[in-house]
Amino acid sequence: MYNYTEFDTAFLAERNAQFRAQVERRIAGHLTEDEFKPLRLMNGVYLQLHAYMLRVAIPYGTLNGAQMRQLALLAETWDKGYGHFTTRQNIQYNWPKLRDIPDMLDALGEVGLHAIQTSGNTIRNVTADHFAGAAQDELADPRPVAELIRQWSTDHPEFQFLGRKFKIAITGAEQDRAVTRAHDIGLRMVERDGEIGFEVLVGGGLGRTPLIGKAIRDFLPKADLLPYLEAVLSVYNLLGRRDNKYKARIKIMVHEHGIDDIRDRVEERFAAIRPSFSGIDQQLLAQIEPQFAAPDFLATDLAAYDATYKRDPLFRAWADTNLTAHRRDDHAIVTISLKAHGETPGDASAAQMRIMADLAERYAYNELRISHEQNVILPHVPRGYLPEIHAQLRKAGLATANVGLISDIIACPGMDYCALATARSIPIAQEIATRFDDLKLEHEIGELKIKISGCINACGHHHVGHIGILGLDRAGVENYQITLGGDGTETAAIGERAGPGFSADEIIPAIERLVLAYLDLREDKSETFLQTYRRTGLAPFKAALYPEAKAHAA
Amino acid sequence: MPRAFTPKVVTASDLLEGDVIYLTESDDWTRELSQAELITDEAHAQLRLLLAEQQPDIVVGPYLADMANGPDGPEPVHFREAFRRKGPSNYAHGKQELASNV
Repeated sequence: MYNYTEFDTAFLAERNAQFRAQVERRIAGHLTEDEFKPLRLMNGVYLQLHAYMLRVAIPYGTLNGAQMRQLALLAETWDKGYGHFTTRQNIQYNWPKLRDIPDMLDALGEVGLHAIQTSGNTIRNVTADHFAGAAQDELADPRPVAELIRQWSTDHPEFQFLGRKFKIAITGAEQDRAVTRAHDIGLRMVERDGEIGFEVLVGGGLGRTPLIGKAIRDFLPKADLLPYLEAVLSVYNLLGRRDNKYKARIKIMVHEHGIDDIRDRVEERFAAIRPSFSGIDQQLLAQIEPQFAAPDFLATDLAAYDATYKRDPLFRAWADTNLTAHRRDDHAIVTISLKAHGETPGDASAAQMRIMADLAERYAYNELRISHEQNVILPHVPRGYLPEIHAQLRKAGLATANVGLISDIIACPGMDYCALATARSIPIAQEIATRFDDLKLEHEIGELKIKISGCINACGHHHVGHIGILGLDRAGVENYQITLGGDGTETAAIGERAGPGFSADEIIPAIERLVLAYLDLREDKSETFLQTYRRTGLAPFKAALYPEAKAHAA
Repeated sequence: MPRAFTPKVVTASDLLEGDVIYLTESDDWTRELSQAELITDEAHAQLRLLLAEQQPDIVVGPYLADMANGPDGPEPVHFREAFRRKGPSNYAHGKQELASNV
């Protein structure tokens, strides 16, 4: 992974010193809140419902053991002993005190982490496929390019005051695990005539106006990436709307002007600025690339794995759901579920973080990833070590065998923490997980992605959930709307609204009716919820959700 | 006809702690809603809000929140204020940690 240069370390130290001084000036009364707010947001500090919140960037979701351990230290020293992993592969601390935040940032700096541009109208933390470098279906590891984008976008003078926030995601694999089609810019590595380049998607996004990104370039040579990104951003910076916050994202600009018009403007700008890129960016990339080289893979004895798999049903269930094929047969990708039934999706205690750091260091080449689905990944694990890893995860409450299943729910913090939320998300996720665990139906149901947002801003990605749940405030009462058929992968689709919303008491039974209807409707066990929905359409699911309406019609 | 004024309290976040605070009759800030001043007059409400806004070194984002007059002082009428009073529902953190508030 990327190691900070002297320049990076000095830059970060200076930036943290600046913020420390800004906090002091705020406390001393020399800065008003209006003056301080944009400064704190640029450094990841929000003021939420019950406390400040610090959002720490985990660039493209990649961490080593020492960094994970430092995240644990922050949780214990300055928070309440836990952290919340988010859908942008970041971690949020929910209870810091204003005076402590500069110390937290310095502690992060010690391990090459920061909170820069995790908020504000800037280019946010670049997200990437959480299986990068390990997946079987990968053309190339997207992380060196993601790191290049991070360095280019950090403190980029032209893009510190964009009309709105700007999110970039990148994948080097066939299967899209990075939701690239729901980003301001999505980058997919593709191959043409033996050369690797990018398909560039633009104008995707969720929020109050969900849109799927459109291809602006089918093939962009690798060396053209930064000037091309700069051209897109610069067209957006000038042409994007600033009159209305809700119409300020690039997706609205693309929607209003049309992709062809935007493409022409971007190409014109690109032609103008391309010559000013002398190739230094490519030299930099060449220095970054070796730092993401694959580890020296160990050959381990697979006998222990095979024997445990045959003997231990708990291990077998976990292996069947939480392992993904690695590009090497004698290795596996381990997804550690942060979705224990009844717990808060994405939360990990300091003790759990340390255990994951230990496991990474001892058995998995010191690599960890955070997925946008709020789980933790050990990307390279020799299969021979899996029984021992599983045993240790079990002791730490981290061995829940539910990845990709109904209880592997994405949920935003909702009104339990967030100042913008209109309803709670966490308790709904907890109740759904507990209910289907009680019914013992989870494995029978198979692949099903439920995603819950506590407001229209859609941090919980509800539009791309197979079942999406959106919490709203309807006349002073929490109300939950259901969308169906959403998909965040390479076959991306925005979910369709099923009908009127449900109260907090009605939503769990409604989800149960929906899922039981699926079990009746599917042709066989191999047909997933999403496939069944695509085959039958909304009608039979709607009938299950609203039985009274059906009775009235009959 | 203008809408009748509904009772309110002045609430904000504490600058240093970031937690929820309420304005009392004696011009202090309290962390317990039951100790807050319930304001029943619109003109008085504006004056109390002004007082809060003049304390940027203590509070952030003061506003008037609707409340009902309960047996133990002001009571939230909207669930958002109920959560601000109580803390999150997934852990007994925030104000729930103070035994006097449970």
